[in-house]
Amino acid sequence: MERITVTINGNQYQALKGSTILKAAEANNIHIPTMCYEEGLSIPGCCRMCVVEVKGARKLLAACTTPVTEGMEIQTESDRVVEARKDILRLYLASHDLRCLTCERNGDCRLQDYCYRYKVEDTPYRGEQKKYPVDISNPFFFRDYSKCIMCGKCVRVCAEINGAYVYDFMEKGFDSKVTSAFDDPNQETACTFCGMCVQVCPVAALVEKSVMWAGRPWEMQKVKTTCPYCGVGCQLKLKVKDGRIIGVAKDKSGSNLGHLCVKGQFGWEYVHSPDRLTRPLLRKNGKLEPVSWEDAYNHIARRLSSIRDQYGGQALAGLSSAKCTNEENYLFQKFMRTLIHTNNVDHCARL
Amino acid sequence: MAGLATAFGSGAMTNSINQLLQTNVILLVGANTTEAHPVTGYRIKQAVKDGSRLIVVDPRKIELVRYADLWLRIRPGTNVALLNGLAHVIMRDDLWDKQFVAERSEGFEEWRQGLEQYTPEYVANICGIKPELIEEAAHLYAQAEKATTVYAMGITQHTSGTNNVFAIANLAMVTGQVGREGAGVAPLRGQNNVQGSCDMGALPNYYPSYRFVDDSAARQDLEKAWGVSPEAGAPGQPNGQGPAGLPVEPGLTVTEMMKAADRGEIKAMYIMGENPVLSDPDANHVIEALKKLDFLVVQDIFLTETAELADVVLPAASFAEKEGTFTNTERRIQRVRKALEPPGEAKPDWLILVELANHLGRPWHYPRGPEEIMEEIARVTPLYGGISYARLEETGIQWPCPTPDHPGTPWLHAEKFTRGKGRFHRVEHLPPAEEPDREYPLLLTTGRMLYHFHTGTMSRRSKRLEAIHDHELAMLNPDDASHYGICDGDTVQVESRRGKVKTKVQVTDHVPPGVLFMTFHFKETATNLLTNAAVDPICKIPELKACAVRVSKV
Repeated sequence: MERITVTINGNQYQALKGSTILKAAEANNIHIPTMCYEEGLSIPGCCRMCVVEVKGARKLLAACTTPVTEGMEIQTESDRVVEARKDILRLYLASHDLRCLTCERNGDCRLQDYCYRYKVEDTPYRGEQKKYPVDISNPFFFRDYSKCIMCGKCVRVCAEINGAYVYDFMEKGFDSKVTSAFDDPNQETACTFCGMCVQVCPVAALVEKSVMWAGRPWEMQKVKTTCPYCGVGCQLKLKVKDGRIIGVAKDKSGSNLGHLCVKGQFGWEYVHSPDRLTRPLLRKNGKLEPVSWEDAYNHIARRLSSIRDQYGGQALAGLSSAKCTNEENYLFQKFMRTLIHTNNVDHCARL
Repeated sequence: MAGLATAFGSGAMTNSINQLLQTNVILLVGANTTEAHPVTGYRIKQAVKDGSRLIVVDPRKIELVRYADLWLRIRPGTNVALLNGLAHVIMRDDLWDKQFVAERSEGFEEWRQGLEQYTPEYVANICGIKPELIEEAAHLYAQAEKATTVYAMGITQHTSGTNNVFAIANLAMVTGQVGREGAGVAPLRGQNNVQGSCDMGALPNYYPSYRFVDDSAARQDLEKAWGVSPEAGAPGQPNGQGPAGLPVEPGLTVTEMMKAADRGEIKAMYIMGENPVLSDPDANHVIEALKKLDFLVVQDIFLTETAELADVVLPAASFAEKEGTFTNTERRIQRVRKALEPPGEAKPDWLILVELANHLGRPWHYPRGPEEIMEEIARVTPLYGGISYARLEETGIQWPCPTPDHPGTPWLHAEKFTRGKGRFHRVEHLPPAEEPDREYPLLLTTGRMLYHFHTGTMSRRSKRLEAIHDHELAMLNPDDASHYGICDGDTVQVESRRGKVKTKVQVTDHVPPGVLFMTFHFKETATNLLTNAAVDPICKIPELKACAVRVSKV
């Protein structure tokens, strides 16, 4: 790839020819704020948060859509740029539900972060406020359009990645809003509840129900792992608080590029099911009764070895599991082959 | 898996999931990806929106039919005829890759002779589609710069499953659509770690890394690595007696185990994390077989329908409560990390196995846990030779990865096939083992739906998923519905020669006339009471995609 030289905030950097100002800056650890930009989605350049000053250009340019050119001189935090960003934030605040105290995204909110970064405490734009009812009707997430900033990322991820086309912009001007056709609840649309709209929302317009009142973002530990359902092997982060999973955050390091389906995003509750087995059980007089691990192990060792010694290893068989880890499958077949002395080991690969 | 392994030398997906975005033509056969592998389904949609052409071969009107250029709605169980028909047209119209065939394959001439009778008209008649569709599809696939065939259980869960896969491999070889970035054959694995379980040798005929159990060199290597003496009566043998070394005879598959248990030949079973009572065909037979055992151990996170039959039940840890790795459908080995403590006294499966081995007198000892087990795996599994937890920290690695400095392999068979030359296999169309007749006039085909998974053990205990969808909804064509006087939402009894279940019905053209579709997610409607345990003669996959049933309103 051909490289060119650009000047950002007075320093010279190398950038890939054809990349945008935003990408060139990010590659050099210069952070330009964005609201509507999301890696992997189309770029509408509509929020104008990422505007920068380019020498020779009359207007401020959106960093997410403007390609770099040789010798380009860019200012990402000049007075003119900062004043423009402040004004955008003030406009957002003019009609935003500011009950941040109890908002689930408090501490993990782009609007909050940027208001802090640019010292925007209030708005001079006073007028009508949007007040929409919160839609809590589906089991997975709620929709609170009084907090929507119209970045349109949910519209794009739903159309461009999932292909469900649930959301779009409706109405015009102050009345415009992102919603489903006829404002229908998601369960009456083509929604497959993949939750990708929730994952890309920069504010609290779309929030997983499971995190409601379950803890503040900074109290959650995020543990990166692999989804336990199908063979795609999506990477995700479990949000954990006080020894319980309360939600799932996206992780972009795997082939799924942060994309998930309903099972990966919302199908983890079984882990905390009251039906979980918590003690070894041994059948006594026809009934399964709790016993100690030691008793269970001793019983199994005695029975397996006596059947093996009486009938030979071919009289025993083991089913390993496509749900267990590689390490467990490896030990299981080693167990059957070396201790039980049989190749009668299989799993449900065929089912 | 046996089909691809025999044709190419490796049964795994040849390319990577995201290479679907570089493919010009996708041939999707017997895979409902948007429900069973949703994120792969997104990639296919993205590819089509980006200009790729899509051919869907499926009796069901799956979601991706809306994205397809061509939809070949074949009768269930007629895949071989169709795939041979595509090959016939490719040969007839001289669209084959002569150089690829000459340099990289064997068995071509014999295979070619077998295609003669599979004219579009002959095939159209078997499959119930128009002959022109077969010609169009063949041209599209053969002339693509890069084409990928994606398939899943709709191909494999037939008595002709291995032949179906051979036919797919034949098609890829004759057109040179394999061994390049974006061109290949993609079997999609149903479970999170089917690929890894196979890689690790949890199979009756393979050791780790697909080394045959009757390969004496492999056996000697593992006897040494596992400290099993090749001499009779040596320490490490059962009771200091028994035959020498590791067992030589290949073992039994799941379906064979159940039959052997029923005959009294298998006396004891150890089942870790599987629920054959709901997942295996002909459930009544499975339950009877398991009840005949002298001793059954089940290790699971729930008291499953299978665990209820056990003598001992061991409580295991879920994926969130342990360290480890899973290997996904594109051969990518990825980390699983512990986020929580297991509930109560539950323990991770690996620890239970180690402690049980200790109680059987084996000094297994992995004080550093799964990371240390992976070090042993890397030593005895050439495909995983270069894998270590340190390397998996940021992102996964695709096998083969033989050495610590090997970057992994995004696509297989690049210079040559794993087995050397790719092998053509002549295959013939055979009807399913059980076809509809006067007594059982409908064909039942089974599969999955988006909101639930496999036997529902996990997904049905996730109350939000259950809130969206909590019961079986069999799919019946409007023609059949009116014939039987069944309305949308009615409850019906579905009966086969093996059992009967009750289910609600959805009347929809999602299924063609004469076909009933059901999932196996709901224990209240245990669909596998109906299915046929007839298996493919080579890889022993049961024919879950076709059996004869009748329906009646209740």
